[in-house]
Amino acid sequence: MPGLVIDREVLIEAPAEVVWRTITEPDQISQWFASRVELVVEPGAHGYMEFGDQGGPVVVETVDPPARFSFRWNHPRGEEPVAGNSMLVEFTLTPEGDEQTRLRVVESGHELCAWPDAEKERYAEEHREGWVEFLDRLAVLVAKHRHR
Amino acid sequence: MTAGITVQADEELWSAIADPSRRQVLDLLVSHGAVSASWLAGRVPFTRQAVSKHLVVLERAGLISRRKQGREVLYQVEAERLDQAARAMAEVAAQWDQRLGAIKRLAEAAHAENTRHAENTSRNPDEQ
Repeated sequence: MPGLVIDREVLIEAPAEVVWRTITEPDQISQWFASRVELVVEPGAHGYMEFGDQGGPVVVETVDPPARFSFRWNHPRGEEPVAGNSMLVEFTLTPEGDEQTRLRVVESGHELCAWPDAEKERYAEEHREGWVEFLDRLAVLVAKHRHR
Repeated sequence: MTAGITVQADEELWSAIADPSRRQVLDLLVSHGAVSASWLAGRVPFTRQAVSKHLVVLERAGLISRRKQGREVLYQVEAERLDQAARAMAEVAAQWDQRLGAIKRLAEAAHAENTRHAENTSRNPDEQ
């Protein structure tokens, strides 16, 4: 049974190599994510990220420059993030022409990551609507029913 | 990172809504109000037993509640909890939007800087 899935993307006016450096170099990461970052960008490498007065370990999973980068974290809870207690953050970079890059981020609960690819595809197919949209829609419906 | 912590703490809530079948059940409850398990079973492509299991999980996560009406047990959505879930989820999504926005600004600034540098270098090749 899959956990939480967040799926967002943005179009950036810069080549994939530049975007790659922004999302993988510790001094860059500290400008958009954590306040302090200790990270070696190698698969399996253990690092540390600090968020204000909280911090926690992160583990790098996929490093495929300049296309895919993923790491596992369990938010600043202090435990070593492994499958079963953590969220996987996956970045995908897709060049659009020479000067643009589409950057997609998927943050997913642990169970989804352990699935075979075919299962993931089926799940994605069933979840076209997306989490945020699904919950928004339900919340709107609920509000309507409440006021009837 | 408060939203992140909320999401972690509410693992039960997320896994309850994560399952497509349960979302279907939830959908029906939202649009039809208080209904029985047999009524639900007549409208979904899975068994009465599966419906009962899904109802248990949804109830445990606080998303639905049950009440007795005569000899029937009726299930209904807990609006507060669903609102809470929607808000928490939107907050996490908004956090990622902010981060992606920051990445965009950083990468575009770096790219503009590289381009300027490359232009200067090609104009004054002796300087390198």
